[in-house]
Amino acid sequence: MNRLRSGRTETTAFNHVILFLLAAFALGPVLVLFLNSVKTSEQIAQNPFSIPTEPRWDNYTVAYERGNYANTVKNSAILTGGTVIGVLIVGGMGGYALAHLEIRGANVIAFYFLVGTAIPIQLYVVPLFFLWKNFGLLNTHLGLIIIYCATSSPFATYLIRSYMVALPKEFIEAAKIDGASKFQVMTQVILPLSWPGFLTTGLIVGLGVWNEFLIAVTFMHQPDLKPVATSLRAFQERFTRDWGLTNAASVIMLLPVLILFLLMQRRFIEGLTQGGMKM
Amino acid sequence: MAFKIDSRVGVSTAYRWRQILSNYVFLAPVVALNLIVIVIPSLTSIYISMTKWSGLNQPEFVGLANFDRLINDPIYWKSLSHNVIWTIFFLTIPVFMGLMGAFLLSGIKRFQMVYRVAFFIPYVIASVVNTELWRTLLHPRHGIGAWLAKQGIEGFDIRVFGSKHTALYGVAFVDSWHFWGFLVIVYLAAMYQVQPDLYEVAILEGASRFQRFRHVTVPGIRPTLVFTLLMIMIWSVPAFDYIYLLTDGGPAHASEVLGTYLYNMSFFRFEVGYAASIGVTMALITACIVAIFVILRRRGWEI
Repeated sequence: MNRLRSGRTETTAFNHVILFLLAAFALGPVLVLFLNSVKTSEQIAQNPFSIPTEPRWDNYTVAYERGNYANTVKNSAILTGGTVIGVLIVGGMGGYALAHLEIRGANVIAFYFLVGTAIPIQLYVVPLFFLWKNFGLLNTHLGLIIIYCATSSPFATYLIRSYMVALPKEFIEAAKIDGASKFQVMTQVILPLSWPGFLTTGLIVGLGVWNEFLIAVTFMHQPDLKPVATSLRAFQERFTRDWGLTNAASVIMLLPVLILFLLMQRRFIEGLTQGGMKM
Repeated sequence: MAFKIDSRVGVSTAYRWRQILSNYVFLAPVVALNLIVIVIPSLTSIYISMTKWSGLNQPEFVGLANFDRLINDPIYWKSLSHNVIWTIFFLTIPVFMGLMGAFLLSGIKRFQMVYRVAFFIPYVIASVVNTELWRTLLHPRHGIGAWLAKQGIEGFDIRVFGSKHTALYGVAFVDSWHFWGFLVIVYLAAMYQVQPDLYEVAILEGASRFQRFRHVTVPGIRPTLVFTLLMIMIWSVPAFDYIYLLTDGGPAHASEVLGTYLYNMSFFRFEVGYAASIGVTMALITACIVAIFVILRRRGWEI
């Protein structure tokens, strides 16, 4: 018994050493990004790992102004907010139908949601580009929001459904006996009970839109309407030698995500692993 | 009397129909969105793949000529082979690191949450930021390599993304740095579903740490493991962001994959018909992967 116990303490020491190295591998580069964001290019060239002695906070104000962040953050907020609201409405209705209403062919729809997420975006991005051109949706926020809603809706519907399935049936039956319509059941019984599912889904979808690149770079060419991701790309190409500046600009994009993630990491992790893996 | 009952039956059938139809109203928005944005353009792509079209003029129907050209296009095959390398890379290194991280995490209680958060952070960072970060770190004159050279360790101050020998692997490394922590969390969740008494028995029988991993953990999380391998294969077909941002397929197609080749073909070379034919083959490859998975499952593989 004694031997067993001592064997176990050895085990955890070994675990901690390797896990610490892995954590350093994951976080080290992010830390360097933060350090370099307050240095000049010369200081970075001298030693990319040094702790800045005189932090150049100027990098942030310069990056914020030249990167036109006041505007791009607004654009990203519109896209993220619009998509999250749209997806929660559409996915909430769909999730409710799949969880609690009699749907013939529900299997077919569930199968589509599985296959739909596997379809490579390159198959439909080119025709969609010309379709959006004809609809006048190119270079508009609405056009991007519709695409984001569509691409994240299978995941959102599925995730919301999984929360709604878990709700006790008695609540719904009771409301029906009281004469509530399906719409009333949804808004007054299901919605208040499954809000954690909506919150998790909203966070994951919002993260995806904030970070998204391919669709934004394809469907939005109007500089003053671009979201943070694609304007940061343009910024990096413009100031390609000014590492301190581009690193500061990157931190500005990263910071809101990092703060939100640290505050609500349980929800993020739960939603991302469930959505990705249980489809 | 009889007439009255009949009419009541008639009303209730209509009522019942309305009830069933109204169920579909709730599904209509999500289905409509997917039809307009994904399904209809996907089907249109099949037609476009059989035309010669610049995106501006009228499409000219050319049958299977684009696919004929594709078979004889060395860059296409090169890109496809890079997708295969990409897939193998992701099926091995991040999966190994994910399994190792999760196994070690499952053995500790203290600081577990801290490690989980640390591993997961790169996964929530945008591709535009991650690529910027690694472009700085791997810069031949400013990055890790240059720093090592100054300490007297020569040979690492190379242009990782600028050399045709290293570009593809460099990009795959950066993308997998962003991805592996996600696998840790997924595998860890699966490991908690493994019966604890199996470990107790293994320990009593004197199994080493590696033996327990090999004979208890891996079989125990097999469904999750196989599922992640399937998802990695499916996700590797449209791989785009990290490659486009770091090398744009260069130098000289050394890191070109199907996704970047198609993108540049349609939006910079305006060969929309040909690009669509590449997209169709990408969808076919995905379909094959899913089909093989389904067939193996039907044959009784426990996956």
